[in-house]
Amino acid sequence: MIPAAFEYYRPKDMAGVLSLLEEHGDDARVMAGGHSLIPMMKLRMADVPHLIDLQDVDGLSGVEIDNEAIRIGAMVTQADIIDHPELAKVAPILREAALQIADPQVRYMGTVGGNVANGDPGNDMPGLMQCLDASFRVIGLDGEREIPARDFYEAAYMTAREDEEVLTAVSIPLPAGGYAYEKQKRKIGDYATAAAAVQIVKDGGTCASASIAMTNLSDTPIYSEAAGAALVGTTVDEAALAAAVAAMLGDIDPTEDNRGPVAFKNHVAGIILRRAIERAWSRA
Amino acid sequence: MSKKMHIKLKVNGKDEEFFAEPRELLIYTLRERLNITGPHIGCETSHCGACTVTINGKSVKSCTMFAAQADGAEVTTIEGIGGPDNLHPLQEAFKEHHGLQCGYCTPGMITRASNLLEENPNPTEEEIRFGMAGNICRCTGYQNIVKSIQAAATEMNAAKEAAE
Repeated sequence: MIPAAFEYYRPKDMAGVLSLLEEHGDDARVMAGGHSLIPMMKLRMADVPHLIDLQDVDGLSGVEIDNEAIRIGAMVTQADIIDHPELAKVAPILREAALQIADPQVRYMGTVGGNVANGDPGNDMPGLMQCLDASFRVIGLDGEREIPARDFYEAAYMTAREDEEVLTAVSIPLPAGGYAYEKQKRKIGDYATAAAAVQIVKDGGTCASASIAMTNLSDTPIYSEAAGAALVGTTVDEAALAAAVAAMLGDIDPTEDNRGPVAFKNHVAGIILRRAIERAWSRA
Repeated sequence: MSKKMHIKLKVNGKDEEFFAEPRELLIYTLRERLNITGPHIGCETSHCGACTVTINGKSVKSCTMFAAQADGAEVTTIEGIGGPDNLHPLQEAFKEHHGLQCGYCTPGMITRASNLLEENPNPTEEEIRFGMAGNICRCTGYQNIVKSIQAAATEMNAAKEAAE
């Protein structure tokens, strides 16, 4: 419950954040909503001698939508996502997923940027962002770069972001077609036993394209290109569903924990993916 | 020991000013520094919501925020919602509909419910249960908490209509 002592900073701009990161190196961490980092600090699982609070940094809290893409600032909260009428229109899967994350209090504080940058495979947004082929903008002392969500996750808590880089925004190409975020969990606020993000485009009666990513079934989110490919050109009938599930099971690598043994997780992953595809297809 | 910070807060309408270590969690500021002991601590993993307060119009678990983060903020606790001589309709309804037993979750429950009813003055049962899902209760089984919030919503809406 009691975090170790640290120095606290609340810079007003990104230049201030970067100079603190440069000065303190590995000893510094940025904090967004604090709802993963503070719990870890309270359990002394995270040691953060210098804590940089991003709440006053300009330019991180906007949502911009144009004809091609959505840009979500890193400090946009889950509650902001849920309450954003335009976003609900152009990318309803974001709201559907955000409503399955944590609980009301946590959603007022927890941010999109924190969720995707955290690196915990339990987080829901990383798989969702892989499904949507989003990219993450990071800024460091050498400037800015974009990292595709599908290349961002290397292992549990290991991402392509360097320690002295800050994730500033998430860009999502405007999604098309039907969508679903389906999550099996033990209770409100739990990380998924298995979850699936599906975005699917129908042309006539057949599937023109499908994107599928899975949450908390490996030490990273899993974008399953093969599962999506298994649906393309089909009428998303029983055979196609079975093929997509089989392809997905070849890509995930769950481990046993309190949520169940590996065989159970594979079983649940298959059920969840079927439900997600069926719902997305019905909306396509 | 890190450098103490100068922190200013408005709590239940009253300005507070003090020096605290950055690691001081807001729940400890409220309880131990300011003697506002209605908000409680029920866990160390940010699940239970017994520490819920309203910060700048949003329900926040004060165990998962440093006082330093809340510097400059307006905080409302159960004590600011109403007291024995001026019960808020939610407090009245929790009493009337047996929405509490041990009372440990109640300050967080009512503080959260007041924010919920501000955002959604006519919630369905399902919306109440979902909107209160960040608050755990060991005694009531939730049923009477839902009834209490429904009753308070009805009461508050009637009062609002009468005032218009």
